[in-house]
Amino acid sequence: MNEKIVLRYEVDPNDFTRAGEASSNVKRRLKLLGVDPDIVRKVAISLYEGEINMVIHSYGGIIEVIISPEEIEMILTDKGPGIEDIELAMQAGYSTAPDNIRNLGFGAGMGLPNMKKYSDEFNIESTVGVGTTVKMKVFIPKE
Amino acid sequence: MTVEELIKSEEFEVLNKGSNLNREIAVPYCCDLLSIAMSKMPQDAAWVTVMANINTLAVASLADAACVILAEGSRLDTAAALKAKEQGITVLYTNLPVFEAALKIYNRINV
Ligand SMILES: Nc1ncnc2c1ncn2[C@@H]1O[C@H](COP(=O)(O)OP(=O)(O)OP(=O)(O)O)[C@@H](O)[C@H]1O
Ligand SMILES: [Mg+2]
Repeated sequence: MNEKIVLRYEVDPNDFTRAGEASSNVKRRLKLLGVDPDIVRKVAISLYEGEINMVIHSYGGIIEVIISPEEIEMILTDKGPGIEDIELAMQAGYSTAPDNIRNLGFGAGMGLPNMKKYSDEFNIESTVGVGTTVKMKVFIPKE
Repeated sequence: MTVEELIKSEEFEVLNKGSNLNREIAVPYCCDLLSIAMSKMPQDAAWVTVMANINTLAVASLADAACVILAEGSRLDTAAALKAKEQGITVLYTNLPVFEAALKIYNRINV
């Protein structure tokens, strides 16, 4: 694996039948590339939480994943209501998920904290009424 | 105990036999909140939950669960059952409560 691999996925809002597809796909690719399982796990967790947030909380968007020998970069851009208070949204346990979403098992308010915890670089920007962009990196240590 | 051996024990009803039945089950794990399960579930866990939908399967596969046990009589709908087949995820059913289902697995691992 010497060149960069760029993967792009469209994420539809409220489409739970496909939710997790991008993350599963990326996980499979990384496994095939022989990336260390712990690194794959970090990517899978961070990306899945981001993907699901787009499905639940946004009006849809794009996930871009750039795989290089040094790192895996994930850029999640959505159109949507945005987040008014990012600091509050980042708190463990904070969730605005409605009841029908909670009934599916979401809404612990752990998604964003998980993304921050399991990625090595985490950055979120949001504009109310426009949308949210999350950028994450997971580094691949040189053995 | 492997997934195959758990299936053969006939403690649970089998919805789908997955693709990797020789996997050794490390530990039972119980949680219904997906983003907690996603980050805390140990690898190769037998995941016992009442949350029976397509998102359960996504988390099971992303978190490398050995198999999923749906407790308290919860069942996948047809679309989700199909997804379990497609993705090769072992899914078992029981009417037992979560703790009792997990205990059965625990006792079988630790004999
Ligand atoms: N892409 C997004 N667009 C708009 N709001 C968002 C987005 N991502 C997160 N939020 C807001 O931040 C809150 C916290 O997000 P977080 O992922 O931590 O929890 P959750 O999605 O509500 O529940 P969980 O992820 O534990 O199932 C959400 O409830 C929502 O209000
Ligand atoms: Mg979330």
